Amino acid sequence: MFMWIIKRDLLLAVRRQADVLTTLFFFIIVVSLFPLSVGPEMNMLRTMAPGVVWVAALLASMLSLGRMFSNDYLDGTLEQMLLSPQSLSLLVLGKASAHWLVTGVPLVLMAPVLGIQYDLSGEALLVLTAALLLGTPVLSLIGAIGAALTLGLRGGGVLVSLLVLPLYIPVLIFGAGAVEANMSGMEFDAHLSLIGAFLLVSGVFAPWAAASALRVSLE
Amino acid sequence: MRYNQRSIPSIDKIMLQGINLACVRGDRELFRDVNFSLEAGGLMQVRGPNGSGKTSLLRMLCGLSNPAAGEIRWNGASIRALDGEYYGAMTYIGHLSGTKDDLTVIENLRISSALAGFDIGIDQAKEALGYIGLQGREGLPVKVLSQGQRRRVALARLLVCKTSLWILDEPLVALDVAAVKLIQELLEQHLREGGMVVMTTHQEIDITAISTTQLHLA
Repeated sequence: MFMWIIKRDLLLAVRRQADVLTTLFFFIIVVSLFPLSVGPEMNMLRTMAPGVVWVAALLASMLSLGRMFSNDYLDGTLEQMLLSPQSLSLLVLGKASAHWLVTGVPLVLMAPVLGIQYDLSGEALLVLTAALLLGTPVLSLIGAIGAALTLGLRGGGVLVSLLVLPLYIPVLIFGAGAVEANMSGMEFDAHLSLIGAFLLVSGVFAPWAAASALRVSLE
Repeated sequence: MRYNQRSIPSIDKIMLQGINLACVRGDRELFRDVNFSLEAGGLMQVRGPNGSGKTSLLRMLCGLSNPAAGEIRWNGASIRALDGEYYGAMTYIGHLSGTKDDLTVIENLRISSALAGFDIGIDQAKEALGYIGLQGREGLPVKVLSQGQRRRVALARLLVCKTSLWILDEPLVALDVAAVKLIQELLEQHLREGGMVVMTTHQEIDITAISTTQLHLA
């Protein structure tokens, strides 16, 4: 069932590529704006790189949150999902996974290329990619709660950012921290382990919380 | 199939009951003290003017919303407690078609029935779509279909999901004469086989059933 949801959402993403591409291009443009505006000061660029890439990833992931449930809500398919004999949490997990595959994975793949603009070393790029790989699914999972809570509200887009961005802060700190630690010659394992822990915790609790929020939103 | 068999312990036991149901929308009370019981083979037509709470009642019966007061029971147990077991025995078709515009007709049917717990093959889906009058349109995206055809895609779910309780909110809207007749036959067959139907409609339709209940909401 989980696979059906993922398959369905990926199929929809393929049919509506514009939605996927806007998120990716948003990420690329935001990350590229900084070197252009700051100028070619290598030291400064290197220092700010992890933070900029992470903040851009946060914003890009959030940009597409509104669509996670709203289209399904408007055409009635969400209603049918709520009436499925399957566990709603599992369906939400499927939707969050599909959201990550569609918006998170392209960011992860693009990040090392964009990192070159900031004169990051090969190893730092690797750490950045690893941190994003672990951290972006957390963004989709936590985002699912915000998207479910604001479903059907007017101005839900702004509200979702107010709800979700504060919750993203721990991932941001440790995600950017991992790269900074690596650049200053320290161990970065602890940072990655912590992001992994966030992923596990949100993987267990976020689908359940989002499922409860959906039931309330549809009542 | 699996869900169907599990949720029907024995034919004579199946029953949907509403006890002292009340519905409040904002400050306004739409209805109160609504009681009914529906047994295998029974049809319940919910009637009333616009805004009398027909859709609200049907959404309550599905478990999409909670009654302000009262309880809905399926085989004697509250549907709140049954959760997945109840959903496996019930099919709801509401005002919204529940189809994705960007997916083809056959993809929509296969995905929506898989979500309802019935994994069907391509052949079975084609057969159902042929029966409901969408032959040759299986590969079209739903966005190019007419309203009536979209309705047929939604109703095709009734053919492949072997559930015992059907809750239909205005199933005949936008359908042509031939399709209305088809749905009428489908409902009669379902009722003959011991299924149950709760429906609202403003159209006159004559459905033969073992027992027909009219529920009037003021």
